[in-house]
Amino acid sequence: MSKVMVVTSGKGGVGKTTSSASLGAALAQAGQTVVVVDFDVGLRNLDLVMGAERRVVFDLVNVVQGDAKLPQALIRDKRIETLSLLPASQTRDKDALTEEGVGRVIDELREKFDWIICDSPAGIEKGATLAMRFADLAVVVANPEVSSVRDSDRIIGMLDSKTRRAELGEKLEKHLLLTRYDPARAARGEMMKVEDVLEILAIPLLGIVVESPDVLTASNLGCPIPLQNPGSAPARAYAEAARRLMGETIAVTTPAERRGFISRLFGRKAAVA
Amino acid sequence: MSFLNFFMRNRSAPVARERLQVLLAHERALSGRQDLAAVLQQEILAVIARHIAIDRDKVVVKLDRGEQVSTLEIDIEMPEQALARD
Repeated sequence: MSKVMVVTSGKGGVGKTTSSASLGAALAQAGQTVVVVDFDVGLRNLDLVMGAERRVVFDLVNVVQGDAKLPQALIRDKRIETLSLLPASQTRDKDALTEEGVGRVIDELREKFDWIICDSPAGIEKGATLAMRFADLAVVVANPEVSSVRDSDRIIGMLDSKTRRAELGEKLEKHLLLTRYDPARAARGEMMKVEDVLEILAIPLLGIVVESPDVLTASNLGCPIPLQNPGSAPARAYAEAARRLMGETIAVTTPAERRGFISRLFGRKAAVA
Repeated sequence: MSFLNFFMRNRSAPVARERLQVLLAHERALSGRQDLAAVLQQEILAVIARHIAIDRDKVVVKLDRGEQVSTLEIDIEMPEQALARD
């Protein structure tokens, strides 16, 4: 039974595309077949983050409009064969997508993949509503920062009203993925803590991805972090999140402050947030 | 792996710069000419279809954009009778 999962946030720049690619890679590493679909028509970037920018021929708009067959537009990842990408068009705008056409493509993808990850554009316009329209579950990506949390709340409201599942009165699971979390700043009271965000948004926590230079490195290299640097803290967070999505029960631990070289030398305990 | 990463960490920015330069050079050149690869594929297929009945599912299109050379690879599986003499 395949699952359609939208990765959304409302606000831009919080890590939707990075998280879509990373969750996709982590699920693929766990043995699932995965396609990540870029819904950001006109401003595609998933291809770049996944290192496939030189290989795009056809895209989601071509398939929706019937100019290309789905297999012609799918790009298989060169590093892990159970992972594929369906890119967005760069030269069109969001009006090129229709609900009926997107529904048809998603149905076709359901036959081929265990997971269909819809990488939503920022905002609450057509691109974002179409990305969430056919979702079975949603990952809301948020940073511990006021505008991101506010926009997440707005998006949660839309998930509960604008999706097909919501309209049919069916349950749509929603999960919070907290990214760019800095445990040291949270401990000093300079940043909202995990509990603060959870209390406000009141949806279950899928994972915490700490602020880390490793994320930029992976993006620079065009390789999702679970493939590029599996031992890093963000990669482990995404791998655990993937296992939770697959139904495993793993407690989410609040990441400890990163221990510096000196404190490791002297064996001092790192502060735990 | 982590030993390799230690060095890679400092070197990933030039990789990012180079990837963007190649990509943007192509995208800027293509602006105004929508989906050149898609147009080429459509027209090539139309020409072939005029002479041979081809199955759209048996057509594989691959693109690889390089700094010096880009390749558009169109692989069409011909039906058995296509080249048989009448």
